[in-house]
Amino acid sequence: MTNTSIISAKNLSKKFGNFTANDNLNFEVYEGEIFGFLGANGAGKTTAIKILCGLSKPSSGKIKVAGFDVYKQTEDIKKNIGYMSQKFSLYEDLTVKENIRFYASIYGMKKKEIKAKTDELLNKLNFAHAKDKKIKDIPLGWKQKLAFSTAVFHNPKIVFLDEPTGGVDPVTRREFWNLIYETANKGITVFVTTHYMDEAEYCDRVSIMDAGKIVALDTPINLMKKYNSKNMDEVFLKIAR
Amino acid sequence: MENYSIKISNVSKSYGDVSAIKNISFNVKKTEIFGLIGPDGAGKSTLIRILTTLLLPKTGNINLENLDIVKDFKKIRHIIGYMPGKFSLYQDLTVEENLNFFATVFGTTIKENYELIKDIYSQIEPFKNRKAGDLSGGMKQKLALSCALIHKPKVLFLDEPTTGVDAVSRKEFWEMLKKLQKKGITILVSTPYMDEASLCDRVALIQNGEIMSIDTPENITNQFNKTLYSIKTENKYQLLQDLKNYKNQNSVNAFGQFIHYTDKLEKLKIDDIKDYLKEKKHTNIEVKIIKANIEDCFIELMRE
Repeated sequence: MTNTSIISAKNLSKKFGNFTANDNLNFEVYEGEIFGFLGANGAGKTTAIKILCGLSKPSSGKIKVAGFDVYKQTEDIKKNIGYMSQKFSLYEDLTVKENIRFYASIYGMKKKEIKAKTDELLNKLNFAHAKDKKIKDIPLGWKQKLAFSTAVFHNPKIVFLDEPTGGVDPVTRREFWNLIYETANKGITVFVTTHYMDEAEYCDRVSIMDAGKIVALDTPINLMKKYNSKNMDEVFLKIAR
Repeated sequence: MENYSIKISNVSKSYGDVSAIKNISFNVKKTEIFGLIGPDGAGKSTLIRILTTLLLPKTGNINLENLDIVKDFKKIRHIIGYMPGKFSLYQDLTVEENLNFFATVFGTTIKENYELIKDIYSQIEPFKNRKAGDLSGGMKQKLALSCALIHKPKVLFLDEPTTGVDAVSRKEFWEMLKKLQKKGITILVSTPYMDEASLCDRVALIQNGEIMSIDTPENITNQFNKTLYSIKTENKYQLLQDLKNYKNQNSVNAFGQFIHYTDKLEKLKIDDIKDYLKEKKHTNIEVKIIKANIEDCFIELMRE
């Protein structure tokens, strides 16, 4: 992790009619950092993520993602990020290999490069034997690891993970976090939401949102000290209600 | 025998070549909270759909409140409540219309059983004229639970009611379940969150269609038969790598800010680990022996 800011949000606000979904958010995320973006359901996390991914415009504020402006340079932002959610990431009726090729092509990677990197990835994940299987025929744990690997295949500056480990078995969940650590060590910034509070403790820093506002932002250790709690679960219960 | 609400023996179910449930047997006691704990794809939903008479088992017998799950399915449907994993109420009916609909289908009224749902329903009653589709996740969940309870069922089935729900709402939901239990309802609930096991009276740990262990959460954790060390140093990622390379390591798993470690040799001492980590240049080394939690047990059982 470096001290170079890769996401910078100053006074980010988003209103839908009279409803303020994001109320004056201020935060920086650093290069190579694992940043946990926590909050109760309905706190405004998804709204903020959509803005940071260039899919929605803020009502006001100055926000830069990977050096690009969220009002004017949304296409540049999209080229420089990866995204994965629990709900949708891979095409069920395409094979493992076809999914990788599809996403890599969208991001403009060259055929030769895709081929070489695909083999490398499948070997690393021990998936080589399953490369021609359709996504719908592989276990959930594999899907999630593959979806993550696909999201960082084009070597983006930032990867957004929206509840990536929901419903995954405890062993796979830990293997998944190993992939996250490796990715961050390579300098890719990881921006992650989760409802598992033990996973919040794997992050370098976490922010906690409540009713559209960021109510806490620090390292897990500092938050536990500040709120006199033995883990992040306690911190969350104290802050978010 | 009268003590049991549900008796399941040798139940299997396959979808084509895939066997979702493999010869499962267990009993659920009257008015207990029984948890099915396991990841997606373990077979939890299939089992719940069989118990709620929505799927036929391939083999085996199930007795629910002294009724046969196959022969007496119509009677069973009157005495059970079911909250599926996917929100299944009418999105274009209002909160009150949904509740009224389910009450009428079961030949009762909201008024007649209001007492049972009061604690839950009163929280969404201010929005009773809002369409169900426009409710927030937490409110939808409360409405679904109210609808599942409106005919005063003897047995309540909840399929992953807390999946994707934040830690605060999860806590509130479990408090509601405890209150329902006190009113004499038997509850069978499934969840992928291992930490929720401790809130159940008894649990079945389920993986790949098989039950790995079934007991009270306390007894399951007591059966963990290795010394479990909880270890923490300044550099967590490096610590994980170094412990994986420690000569007699048996298991290394991250648990939040700590790493849980077991060794192949029982004679290992805390100081041995500390010395090794000092050698590897770790700082602020903390090592202590702890009691296993359900997730430790689940991981260990998966390895067997």
